[in-house]
Amino acid sequence: MRKPRGTSIGEGNHFALVDGMETFCGQALSWELKDGVVELALHREPNNELGSMALAEAEKFAASLEQVGEVAHALIIYSKLPSGFSAGADLRELYQRSQNVPPAQAVRIVRDQLERTHRVMNAIDASPLTTIAAVHGIVFGGGFELALVCDLIIADKTARFCFPELRLGLIPGWGGIPRLKRDLGNAVVRDLLLTGRSFNATKLQQAGLASQVVGEGEALRVARATAAQLGKFDHHTAATAKKFIKPIPYDELRREIDLFCELFTHPTVDAGLRKFVESTDAQPYLP
Amino acid sequence: MPNFDQTLNEILNLAAAYFKVPREKLAPDDDFFKTLGIDSLQTLDLLTRLEHHFRIELPDYELQGISDFRTLADRIQARL
Repeated sequence: MRKPRGTSIGEGNHFALVDGMETFCGQALSWELKDGVVELALHREPNNELGSMALAEAEKFAASLEQVGEVAHALIIYSKLPSGFSAGADLRELYQRSQNVPPAQAVRIVRDQLERTHRVMNAIDASPLTTIAAVHGIVFGGGFELALVCDLIIADKTARFCFPELRLGLIPGWGGIPRLKRDLGNAVVRDLLLTGRSFNATKLQQAGLASQVVGEGEALRVARATAAQLGKFDHHTAATAKKFIKPIPYDELRREIDLFCELFTHPTVDAGLRKFVESTDAQPYLP
Repeated sequence: MPNFDQTLNEILNLAAAYFKVPREKLAPDDDFFKTLGIDSLQTLDLLTRLEHHFRIELPDYELQGISDFRTLADRIQARL
């Protein structure tokens, strides 16, 4: 085994160094660095619901990004699950955590989760690497927000994007609104948020958010080809350009956390979450 | 533009092919959740395929309360 280049990413038993390629394999996420491209895979059954386990692993990943930046030029985020990129926040966990505790404590728990999640999202958003979300299937809520932190979204034609939070009496809490406002016209943002309807990949590209729409099962391949192209450019120049082009709306992101916590205390949220969690309806993901 | 019967037939053909159900087992008034054995996420997948096939936009709230192919065809026909 060759001595690896750069700084190790990840910690613990799941971390391995194999012939210079750095890998981490957790329960919700795994990543590897190869040929200057970091690939972050989501693989928590059934639909990549993002809960505390994914967050803890994502924090490890975020902590390593700056170090990896010395030896990498691109990051690809994708899902290994057939159902899609991600169904978003783990609503069952969110509901369970808010039960049997006083409302003020429930809000503190939620705020802590939001703060931690925002730190991860902001780290990816501000990374000097060029970041690509390669998505298919469902890209809902927090999954959509994860795609939104990336510089490019490459969507296969099965992809479907949605912010269903209003159905629960909430707004997106992981940076969705500020980042949508950064990247899209306000009318499209209102359409997505206020109707809670989902957009297919073609619609998202027409709106200006998806960089490329590709055939079914082709998003990761195209993302890798794109990452290989990016590797031809000077990394420092690319990072400088990105910093100049892509402002991070920190003030609005802070405001979003406050708004989310304020809304979380309303009884409609508890009722909305309970309805979702306890639903035996065949259509919990439909409005 | 296809007429209603053509639209309905195309929906049944597409659903049968994608969810690997014999076409002759699908009828216009079937509950597609039961006949196809699909959940809400697979229904969204079907919606995406129908949008691409007919080149339309069909907001998912238009599917609210719909579970049969005939009503689905009606909603799609209204957008052709």
